[in-house]
Amino acid sequence: MALLDIQGVTRRFGDFTAVDNVSLAVEAGEFFTLLGPSGCGKTTLLRMIAGFDLPDAGRILLNGEDLADSPPELRPVRTVFQSYALFPHMSVEGNVAFPLQMARVPSGERKARIEAALEDVRLQGFNRRYPHELSGGQKQRVAIARALVTHPTMLLLDEPLAALDAKLREDLSIELINLQKEVGIAFVYVTHDQTEALALSHRIAVMNRGRIEQLDEPSKIYGFPRTRFVADFIGHCNLFSGPIREANGSLALVDVDGLGPVRVATATSAAGGARGTIALRPEKIRIAAEAPSGTPDNHFHGAVRDLLYMGDVTVYRVAIEGGTIVEALLANSQSGRAKFFEVGDAVDVSWPVGAGHFIVE
Amino acid sequence: MGSSAPHPEPLAARGEREPSTREAGEGRRKPRASLGKWLVGAPPLLYLLVFFAAPTLIMVLASFRSPGEFGGLAPIVDETGKLDLNVDSYVRFVTEPVFARVFVKSAWYATLTTLFCLLLAYPLATLIAKSSRKYRDLLLLLVILPFWSNFLIRIYAWMIILGPNAALAKLVNGTLALFGAAPVPLLFSGFAVLVCLVYVSLPFMVLPLYANLEKHDQALLDAAQDLGANAWQRFWRVTFPLSLPGVYAGAALVFIPALGIFAIPDILGGPEDTLIGNLIKQQFLETRDWPFGSVLSIVLTVAALMLAGIAAWVGRRGAGRRA
Ligand SMILES: Nc1ncnc2c1ncn2[C@@H]1O[C@H](COP(=O)(O)OP(=O)(O)OP(=O)(O)O)[C@@H](O)[C@H]1O
Ligand SMILES: [Mg+2]
Repeated sequence: MALLDIQGVTRRFGDFTAVDNVSLAVEAGEFFTLLGPSGCGKTTLLRMIAGFDLPDAGRILLNGEDLADSPPELRPVRTVFQSYALFPHMSVEGNVAFPLQMARVPSGERKARIEAALEDVRLQGFNRRYPHELSGGQKQRVAIARALVTHPTMLLLDEPLAALDAKLREDLSIELINLQKEVGIAFVYVTHDQTEALALSHRIAVMNRGRIEQLDEPSKIYGFPRTRFVADFIGHCNLFSGPIREANGSLALVDVDGLGPVRVATATSAAGGARGTIALRPEKIRIAAEAPSGTPDNHFHGAVRDLLYMGDVTVYRVAIEGGTIVEALLANSQSGRAKFFEVGDAVDVSWPVGAGHFIVE
Repeated sequence: MGSSAPHPEPLAARGEREPSTREAGEGRRKPRASLGKWLVGAPPLLYLLVFFAAPTLIMVLASFRSPGEFGGLAPIVDETGKLDLNVDSYVRFVTEPVFARVFVKSAWYATLTTLFCLLLAYPLATLIAKSSRKYRDLLLLLVILPFWSNFLIRIYAWMIILGPNAALAKLVNGTLALFGAAPVPLLFSGFAVLVCLVYVSLPFMVLPLYANLEKHDQALLDAAQDLGANAWQRFWRVTFPLSLPGVYAGAALVFIPALGIFAIPDILGGPEDTLIGNLIKQQFLETRDWPFGSVLSIVLTVAALMLAGIAAWVGRRGAGRRA
């Protein structure tokens, strides 16, 4: 039995459906992420798990028990709010002690629990500080310590790192992974940042317009996006669409608009005539001065239109003769020239048939 | 309230801004900024000096002089050419316990008024702060609506409401009669004074409380609930402590005027409801003992100042912990 079981949950605001028939299950000890663009209903779903909002349809079960009738204060889940929501009139210790007091933990036991929670988030010695005396990252740690101190069954985190700068976000991400492993509590993590989601999660549910588009492990989400939306939202991706000319079990030939015929490996048996999309990650594309010979790879001629030098890699945007722009990523060589091509260079882009991922529409 | 005031110290301490550049910038701006400050601040300062500080000084001087033979003040230089300044009136205040008793009574009435105002205003201010923006202005308007009619008229209105032939008195005394109790007069009693004091003071409690509660962050209440706090705990542990600056401000605005009020006990009070305000009025207008009236006034002013000081200090201490 899953720890958290969400069954067909729907939430409407007027005639707008913010969460649309969502079903998912979170296992004990899992780091589960809800990923999606702004306004796709992540917070609404999280608030329903926490109990601040009620579904219009569907059920939410925790440990097999329907939560419909328990108010937020009685649910064994804790939320870490994006705005931290630390009590400004209480010290760090007062904040962390609050849930213990609410749970009537005897005061003798409290001190040790507070110290342990502050140690978990590496904030020992900050007991007497007040929230306005803390940095953003420290506030976030206090919020997490406060949520963890009562050992809830599940932690809900709503974009906890969104307000922090990039470097701190990375540091805290690593800490979050370690912390989650250490305490063994299931995390339901909300973010619109795909890098964060890929790095942190055991499983990701990609949401769009209130629906789950794909629920999978990070590598599957990245490598085998099931829909055009997922492919486009997660990382950079070349998306080539067109009618399927022919398909036989393992291989399909697609007439990509503005590019030409492209062969792609496929697991699904797509019918000829239907439209399909090939999702191709830039790093899977080879870019060379001359066309490869004697390979069945797809290849096209074009010219470098613009490039983005990023230190370790360079992103080349190649204009193919048909008019399509193909984005290719090339690691820069350590020795010799930093970049292999310049703007205007004639190049040949190619990729094996297995490099692209085929999505039937 | 103080909670919204900027706190440059913690900001600088956290290193979010570079202290050196900040100070340099402020240093450059200083001369012109202070000139502007004086231009803007001088007229009200002058006004306070002329109409508040000067009369206060005159009153302090009067408190050390002797009462005149037919009221008012005796000449400051007596027949023998000696300066006639003494502390007789202060001695009288300290040695005759009746005056201290009136003070205590006034403080008691003012305390009760403040408490009842707080009890009534808190739910009202909460209601206004939580209502939708559409109704908020209307509700605030209703709170200050009584100010649109004359203060004395509103007090006289209570005379009618509490009068022996009005519905309220009949209802109360009718109910008492059912239980075989003797009828009580509502008018000309401490009850009437208190009811009216609460009535006229209520807006002064509602407005600062509303201003405070309106700024409260719903996320804090959500967090408290999420962490296991029930409705009462959310109020007592989060909302109320955060509203204390508003409570102090409201309490000061209610308590201090209530301490010196004279019109309400004059009109609605019984013989025992003489408060310090009435006493001062009597000294100046009836007994015409100006020095003693001045002493009473000064004692009242000092007491009010001390209370305001305490309120400000407590308020600042509370606000200092907030961001
Ligand atoms: N109380 C509400 N009344 C009406 N509409 C609402 C309400 N709460 C949310 N919505 C709408 O529901 C949609 C989903 O909102 P939600 O806050 O869940 O988005 P989100 O995925 O968390 O977005 P973000 O990443 O920007 O936080 C939004 O279009 C929002 O406008
Ligand atoms: Mg959100």
